[in-house]
Amino acid sequence: MSARYIAKGLGLISLAAFPLVAGAQALDRTKQPVLGPPPVVSLPPIATRELPNGLKLMIVEHHELPVAHFALVVESGGTIDPASKTGLANLTAAMLTEGTTTRSSLEIADQAAFLGVSLTAASNWDASTIRLHTPTSQLDSALALFADVALRPSFPQGEFERIKRDRLTSLLQLKDRPTAIANQAYAAILYGSEHPYGRQLIGSEASVQGLTPADLQGHYRTSFVPNNATLIIVGDVDPAQIEAKVRSLFGGWQRGNVVQAALPEPPRAAGTTIYLVDKPGAPQSSFRIGSIGVPRSTQDYFALSVLNTVLGGSFTSRLMQNLRETHGYTYGAGSGFDMRRSAGPFTASAEIVAEKTDSALIEFMKELNSIRESVPAEELAKAKRYMQLGLPGDFETTQQIAAALIPVAVYDLPFDYYNTYVQNIEAVTAAEVQRVARQYINPSSLAIVIVGDRTSIEAGLKAVNAGPIVLRDFFGQPVTP
Amino acid sequence: MPTATTGVAATSVVPKIQFEKYTLDNGLEVILHEDHSTPIVTVNTWYKVGSGDEKPGRTGFAHLFEHIMFMGSENVPVGMFDVALEAAGADNNGSTTEDRTNYFENLPSNALALALWLDADRMGFLLPTMDKAKLDLQREVVKNERRQGVDNVPYGRAEETILAALYPAGHPYSWSVIGSLADLDAASVEDVSEFFRTYYAPNNASITIAGDFDPAEAKRLVQLYFGDIPRGPAMPPRPAVTPVVVPKDTFLIIEDRVQLPRAYYNWPTVRLFDADDAALDVLASVLASGKNSRLYKRLVYDMQIAQDVSAFQASSKLAGRFEINITPKPEQSLAAIDRIVSEELGKLMNEEITERELRRVQNSYRASFLNRLASNLGKSETLNSYNYMAGTPDYVQQDAARYEQVTRADVQRVARMYLGKPKVVLTVVPEGKREMMLTASGGSQ
Repeated sequence: MSARYIAKGLGLISLAAFPLVAGAQALDRTKQPVLGPPPVVSLPPIATRELPNGLKLMIVEHHELPVAHFALVVESGGTIDPASKTGLANLTAAMLTEGTTTRSSLEIADQAAFLGVSLTAASNWDASTIRLHTPTSQLDSALALFADVALRPSFPQGEFERIKRDRLTSLLQLKDRPTAIANQAYAAILYGSEHPYGRQLIGSEASVQGLTPADLQGHYRTSFVPNNATLIIVGDVDPAQIEAKVRSLFGGWQRGNVVQAALPEPPRAAGTTIYLVDKPGAPQSSFRIGSIGVPRSTQDYFALSVLNTVLGGSFTSRLMQNLRETHGYTYGAGSGFDMRRSAGPFTASAEIVAEKTDSALIEFMKELNSIRESVPAEELAKAKRYMQLGLPGDFETTQQIAAALIPVAVYDLPFDYYNTYVQNIEAVTAAEVQRVARQYINPSSLAIVIVGDRTSIEAGLKAVNAGPIVLRDFFGQPVTP
Repeated sequence: MPTATTGVAATSVVPKIQFEKYTLDNGLEVILHEDHSTPIVTVNTWYKVGSGDEKPGRTGFAHLFEHIMFMGSENVPVGMFDVALEAAGADNNGSTTEDRTNYFENLPSNALALALWLDADRMGFLLPTMDKAKLDLQREVVKNERRQGVDNVPYGRAEETILAALYPAGHPYSWSVIGSLADLDAASVEDVSEFFRTYYAPNNASITIAGDFDPAEAKRLVQLYFGDIPRGPAMPPRPAVTPVVVPKDTFLIIEDRVQLPRAYYNWPTVRLFDADDAALDVLASVLASGKNSRLYKRLVYDMQIAQDVSAFQASSKLAGRFEINITPKPEQSLAAIDRIVSEELGKLMNEEITERELRRVQNSYRASFLNRLASNLGKSETLNSYNYMAGTPDYVQQDAARYEQVTRADVQRVARMYLGKPKVVLTVVPEGKREMMLTASGGSQ
């Protein structure tokens, strides 16, 4: 099967397509130039295949440069880590490049550098991905290395102990970074300790201490199976030739039973509360404000995407304009719905100069209230055009195209997802935006996490009267004042 | 072919970037590169001014000025710059270095005229609507940018501390691009006007258009919007610099809110495109790029007494420096690490690296050149950069060839010539742990 990315005759530019004023006439600089119709976007088709073992292929030809990009996406990530073994998926991915049955850790690194390729493995909540970026002149050698790492990792004890110490040190260093502390505390406060999203993908000191190579092997065996995976290939390749190479390298990969995670219900949100995390001497306060949002499968995906573009998803969004361009309280403010298989967080965030912590909270609350009112037509149109007309810019390089296809694989989006994106955004109405704003942004039920210098900011926060102030530690856990 | 050299090998793997360059009567350099593979276009304007051109007491000004350039101009009311671009589906940004300031828009190909209109307005007509309110607002934004990137991040103050110690007072690279909070506070509207009149003229800029456009139409639009912007006065010469010499090893300390200390070693080296610049890049990779690199393998992989190590040759238009920085693992002493650094540097000075080490680095560089050419923005940066730094946009193959031509003997020679000289050593220590500082005797732990 194949599909075409195409966004033809967008029909969303209300300005008529007049030609520019001829150069002979005096230029009137007060007039913004009138633009012609947006380009007809004709992105290359995706060729799809499925191997007998269940491995799915998505191949996109892109012949601009003699390079190819591969992303092997395994649809299991940190969400299925057992509570006592958080960090398992993360460490498993990290260990893939640390030794196979035929290559040592140092040999893998040596060969990747010698070939001039980039070879990495990482996991997030919903997937683990091995990426290869290679000049096509080295394609065969690079693919052999890629397949070895994906199919024959050996999880050597010595390398495992080293990576574990690296992780434990990173967890220690996390205490240095207020932004990381804020993210960690916010997740724990929203989701509690029973839900995976309340934990950190990298794990905790206790969980990482307890992991063993056998744990990693177990996770690998049950997750890294072809019927749970998609191989995305973008670049200067011939689809038939590359398919043949992939069949010979991955055809022997054995099917398996995939572990599904049943997630517990997240805790019910409390009334709006300020969770203050003390970071003595911090010159800025890290804000994370929000609530539990929606899963990627939500029917409100497009309406929420437009809503977020207006609220905090672009430079001209309300949060950025208010907190940065009107008040100068921050270098940047924004918001986002982190959509995962289950409902991820909605978060509005900024790093705010300490002395304006209270003023910034007032402005955040103003924006989170007023977004629930109807969005003016012009502002809505600007947000929609930004999303629609900006789409081709996401398909310029092999890496970008592969990155765009990963959610298609992980969240089972239709192959014509980008083909219909423009129409789907166009169909979002002001009424829908208002409905989803009211449904998903509730100013009386927000977690407001602020990491900053308690001594200088607490009194001001109290005076704002946005909600009770409770003290939390770096992990979002209660502390006695 | 009788003249086959390693340089030719490079030209066969890094494609030439096709371009056309011409200059308007007012001095504006225009570089056009067509790429019709995606219906998008990048407009990227470089002004040949950076933090190195700042006056004493006004550090950070070139970057603060960059922010002002987004605040509207005579025909573009405050806020409209971004609104117009986003409504057309475009992204835009700018950045400042020691040597240059860039402004770019990534647009759907139908919106080329919009970017040119906006960029011309701020090049020609910024000052009529300039006022203290705009300056004060962006001053606060930039101070927050500094807090977010320097003051509220671990080890954030290391770079400015090193620059001030490595370069003599008054050297254009002796302060950081972001500048100090006090200097940012001191900037006045008069400073903005003077800076604009001095540096923001067409004869001090190049504009590269890369992507899906019709060249005849692009030329017409460039002439239409930029053609009548008057040439500015001759540019003041860039500050004259003499080679930097650190007379003897210099040891510095700063206390920071960090769990682990970090050691920074810095040597003065050479400017971008100097004959030894590429060999120093290769040396940096041999030391700390990948698991098999010398310092990484010994300290992080084998002994596991360091959490991370990095090394780089930072070369700019006027000067360069070579840095190695290392974070020890908890409970590990920097003094012990320091002895191993000395040992490893000694080996590089006394013996040639292996052929395999050289090939790994060269092959990685070769691939990195390809990646630079993957996007319109990357190509526009590359063309503007070569135009300014090498004197011609047509330089990617020569640049790539520099790395193909580095020999094992070159790497040994530059290790001796530059890393054998006195250095600046900064230790960032956790608050109250001054005993962790590296000193001439290695350190007290």
